[in-house]
Amino acid sequence: MPRVKVTRKSTAIDMTAMCDVAFLLLTFFILTAKPKVDDPTKAEVPPSSKEQPVPDDNVAMVTIGSDAAKPKVFYSVSGSDIRTETLKAMGEKYNVPFTPDELERFAVTEVFGVPMSQLKSYLDMDPEQRKSYPQPGIPIDTTSNNELSNWILTSRKADKALHDKDLQLAIKGDRKEYYPVIKTVIGILQGQKINKFSLITVLAKAPRTR
Amino acid sequence: MAELDTSGGGKHKGGKVRSKKVSTRVDLTAMVDLAFLLITFFMLTTTLNKPKAMDLAMPDKTVKTNQLPVAATRSMTILLGSNNKVEWYMGEAGKSAPTVDNFGKDGLRKALIENGKKVLETHAAPNNFMIVLIKPSDKSNYENLVAALDEMSITNVQSYAIVDITPMEVDELKKQHLYQ
Repeated sequence: MPRVKVTRKSTAIDMTAMCDVAFLLLTFFILTAKPKVDDPTKAEVPPSSKEQPVPDDNVAMVTIGSDAAKPKVFYSVSGSDIRTETLKAMGEKYNVPFTPDELERFAVTEVFGVPMSQLKSYLDMDPEQRKSYPQPGIPIDTTSNNELSNWILTSRKADKALHDKDLQLAIKGDRKEYYPVIKTVIGILQGQKINKFSLITVLAKAPRTR
Repeated sequence: MAELDTSGGGKHKGGKVRSKKVSTRVDLTAMVDLAFLLITFFMLTTTLNKPKAMDLAMPDKTVKTNQLPVAATRSMTILLGSNNKVEWYMGEAGKSAPTVDNFGKDGLRKALIENGKKVLETHAAPNNFMIVLIKPSDKSNYENLVAALDEMSITNVQSYAIVDITPMEVDELKKQHLYQ
């Protein structure tokens, strides 16, 4: 009887398919990933049971950050073109001439909370300095020349002029913030006849136990 | 695999120079390793917990519409106090004893559902839904407001509004030590 010959098989596996899948997934994750914006507000949003996502574009957000002594208000508007136009208009309104370089920097600044008087020097800082700079917040006290109100108004105008869209407003408040500040911000929005806006929340985990 | 071809040289003296057949297969192990490493990285850094939006509509202050007469018994007023507590009463202020309550399933939600049912039973057909007035005091925080608005959508209250608190109601909260 002849001996059965065991053929030695190579241990190398064909990895082409695996490689294909791996790169397909990789491409997917890279494309869906969004760069995390540096958020100076440190606002912790309250939970709710709502599942409606926040729109990605055509939205302006008023963030009320947590600060024990004095609440700080930050403002952000989507779209770098709107941001540029807004700053131009605001510069004219407050007689602060901005250089093209500053406009460019402002276009990539997602969130800011600096009063108009300090904005120019804030934009002139280098990125590292800006990160560590304690932003004092936008003044919201309801005097005749309300800065937050003007920011919202000019960006709404810019959005209308550039895209012919109505800018949506959203309020992102820290959960521990007391109501009077929220009331002031809502009052500013209502002063511009914005009666519909969104409150930013996160999805509550499981049934709330409180 | 990628190896240097060290053959050749002086050995084939006179003989034909044969080109060695190299396999076209590439070893993909390292590439797959790298790809999976990157996949893991991107999966872990992707934020899954995206923020959600809660739509809120406030009444237009500039438009003065003639208001419909509403029976006071249909309205429920919720006062938001400090320490995550609420106080609610039915009808007009001072006429019925307010109840101090918590947020959550057994607190405000239960009260809203029960009161809603009561109003539905005691009033005639088209105008028998409950109207809820949310009155946040200066000592309540934003989370409380959002929680109260959230309860409105959970308990399916159709008409509700955020209204300014009156000094009388602030006194009521102070009495219950909910204004600190």
